[in-house]
Amino acid sequence: MRKTRYAAAAVAAVAALTLSACGGGDSAESEGGGGGEGGGESLRIGIKFDQPGLGYDEGGSYSGFDVDVAKYVAAELGVSEENIEWVEAPSANRENLLANEQVDMIFATYSITDTRKETVDFAGPYFVAGQDLLVPTDSDITGPEDLEGKNLCSVTGSTSAQKIKDQYPGVQLVEQPGYAECVTAMGGGQIDAVTTDDIILAGLAAQEANAGKFKVVGNTFSEERYGVGLPKGSDRCGDINSAITKMIGDGAWEEAITSNTEGADYTFNAELNPPEPEPCA
Amino acid sequence: MSAQQVLFDAPGPRARRNILIGNIVGVLVGLGILAWIISTLAEKGQLEASMWTPFLESRTWEFFILPGLVNTLKAAAIAIVTSVLFGLIFGVGRLSHLAPVRWVAGIVVEFLRAVPVLLMMIFFWLALGSSGAVQPQDAPLIAVVIALTLYNGSVIAELVRSGVQGLPRGQREAGMAIGLTANQSLRSIEVPQALIAMLPALISQFVVILKDSALGFIITYPELLQYMRRLGVGEGNIIPSLMVAAAIFIIINFALSTLATRLSVLLSFRTKGRKPAVVGAIAMDAAST
Amino acid sequence: MEDYLSLFETYDVLAAFWVNIQLSFWAAIWALAIGTVLALFRISPIPSLQWFGAAYVNIFRNTPLTIILAFGFLGLFSVMQISLAADLNASLFRIAIVGLAVYHAAFVCEAIRSGVNTVPLGQAEAARAIGLSFLPAARLIILPQAFRGAIAPLGNVLIALIKNSTVAAAGSVATEASGLMKTMIEFRSDLVIPIFFTFALGFVVLVIPIGLLTTWASRKLAVAR
Repeated sequence: MRKTRYAAAAVAAVAALTLSACGGGDSAESEGGGGGEGGGESLRIGIKFDQPGLGYDEGGSYSGFDVDVAKYVAAELGVSEENIEWVEAPSANRENLLANEQVDMIFATYSITDTRKETVDFAGPYFVAGQDLLVPTDSDITGPEDLEGKNLCSVTGSTSAQKIKDQYPGVQLVEQPGYAECVTAMGGGQIDAVTTDDIILAGLAAQEANAGKFKVVGNTFSEERYGVGLPKGSDRCGDINSAITKMIGDGAWEEAITSNTEGADYTFNAELNPPEPEPCA
Repeated sequence: MSAQQVLFDAPGPRARRNILIGNIVGVLVGLGILAWIISTLAEKGQLEASMWTPFLESRTWEFFILPGLVNTLKAAAIAIVTSVLFGLIFGVGRLSHLAPVRWVAGIVVEFLRAVPVLLMMIFFWLALGSSGAVQPQDAPLIAVVIALTLYNGSVIAELVRSGVQGLPRGQREAGMAIGLTANQSLRSIEVPQALIAMLPALISQFVVILKDSALGFIITYPELLQYMRRLGVGEGNIIPSLMVAAAIFIIINFALSTLATRLSVLLSFRTKGRKPAVVGAIAMDAAST
Repeated sequence: MEDYLSLFETYDVLAAFWVNIQLSFWAAIWALAIGTVLALFRISPIPSLQWFGAAYVNIFRNTPLTIILAFGFLGLFSVMQISLAADLNASLFRIAIVGLAVYHAAFVCEAIRSGVNTVPLGQAEAARAIGLSFLPAARLIILPQAFRGAIAPLGNVLIALIKNSTVAAAGSVATEASGLMKTMIEFRSDLVIPIFFTFALGFVVLVIPIGLLTTWASRKLAVAR
């Protein structure tokens, strides 16, 4: 059973019902209260569950570049794969999960920004992504400037897509709940391009069902430095950074990217990658 | 007008022929539409085996369909219990002999019935998430349950009220005659009878709760649709995945609706001779998402 | 308070509600048309049409609206490549209208059937007695009375439709009210409660007059029996 503490009296009634019905929860389970702290025996790692190629729940097992880096780092910290507990960390929840110490670290396409640094600590970066376009293989779009009069798809509330729209008013922007919808529409020829970080696009294009249909343009127009999110004041930053450096050094890093983006016709931005981890605060 | 057959005469030979022709044309047109849908889907590769074989694997059921369904049913089950409680409290509140209680209950119920469920869900999700009152990963479920409870509870409150008002006046008078107070008579004589009369409408409302729980995916609650999307992303078969999700919803809801219809026939002898109180309410509220 | 008022300069709340009103208006017209045809099917003497009407109602009434709207984008737009307008967003807007219309048509059909149930048997018998066959009887005698009896349930379907137009955000109409509310709360989480009540009251203002009007109309137009 999950152990959770509820504070607010206002929701106590509903919360009590929720708690009693939470037998098979799929998120954070902490066995023996505060397990995973300090001892290095086990780790709770937050990842995306719905992003193929980065963090994806295959059904009982997890795949993707974020997952591979997390496994490597965990191994360097002395935690074997079976002692990792994977927790879903949707974008909206990442800060909260760390602040409440429900996860020990987050590998979830988590860009290092100054605003976020106020509430969480970061190790890394372990990858520098950039906003890019995914287009059909035979498309002649090479960058956002070719999008005038074209149809662009992104997920609802995505600021990156809005930026393109503001810059190129001729772009027709469609917002969908997920990238799967965008990719399906592009497969049908109704959408000319999908936009978000290049590695996310590469992960989508690398899916077996999409193999050979789409390509990542490879002309990034922003810098997103993916870091490892840590609770404020965590002492793990240094160890994680040396693990990342080691992973880059022994070739496992590049292999992880290649294997997770196979079939996507994707090469990462070699000027910015592999990145040098920033010194810990 | 329950017997529809009276709309047309017992058909003679010519009418029978016309009906037969109409029937054949209808069947042909129906088959034509079906064939068009299937051929378009096939043409676009949606009927390829690879799109559908994932549903034959136990992995898909074990890790996607069943966990999603469990979460959907969990949210719906909690919301059903809390909605009925909410509905009883506010329904009785609207019937109270204390005017202020009646007004407050009335305003609350009318307000909540007018606000879209999705709006409430998004509000509670974001408000709970940022307040720190609950654990962040529990916020979606709690928001789904609260939103469903407030809306459907209000509808049930109206069902309770119209159910009680549809009772013969003699029931209350009899209660008073044996020395019960107005409240006691309401609690122990009128509401229990109203509950039985409103059972079919109540079950129709459960269909609404189950359907509306699917809005949860918008606020990241991992219910069936969310899981099926995730499956669809990985397997590249989002349309077949959503079709399976739709089929599951249709089967469960159809079973519930059929149960409601059966019950209403079964119970009709108990409610014979009363004012038809809850008819309008059923049609309205089943339409909510 | 000033903070709150400044929100309305940044975000066009009225425009968002206008999108919901437009969605509801067009969807209501189509739903009424489709629903009436379905109701005719269900009371017609032709078995295949009866069956079609029943199948339609049972399928669409029991499917979550979110799935129907997703099929609109994925099925109609993406796979079948149906564009309902030259402009992309206009096309998606119309596809959302189609999704809302086909869903609510099932409820319109049921509302009209409940209206038909209020017409006494004698009316149909009288229609037959003066020699009217099915369609003229339906058109001249049954449906006019049925619609008057169905005003209250039809009004309720309209109310549900207006509220459900918020779900179109999950389809692809990102500019409607629930989508805007989410954006506004995300940017001004300190004002979460005033923002919610602004949108909630907007719907109360839209919906409650319709409820009152249809209740009044259904009493006024009720066939005296």
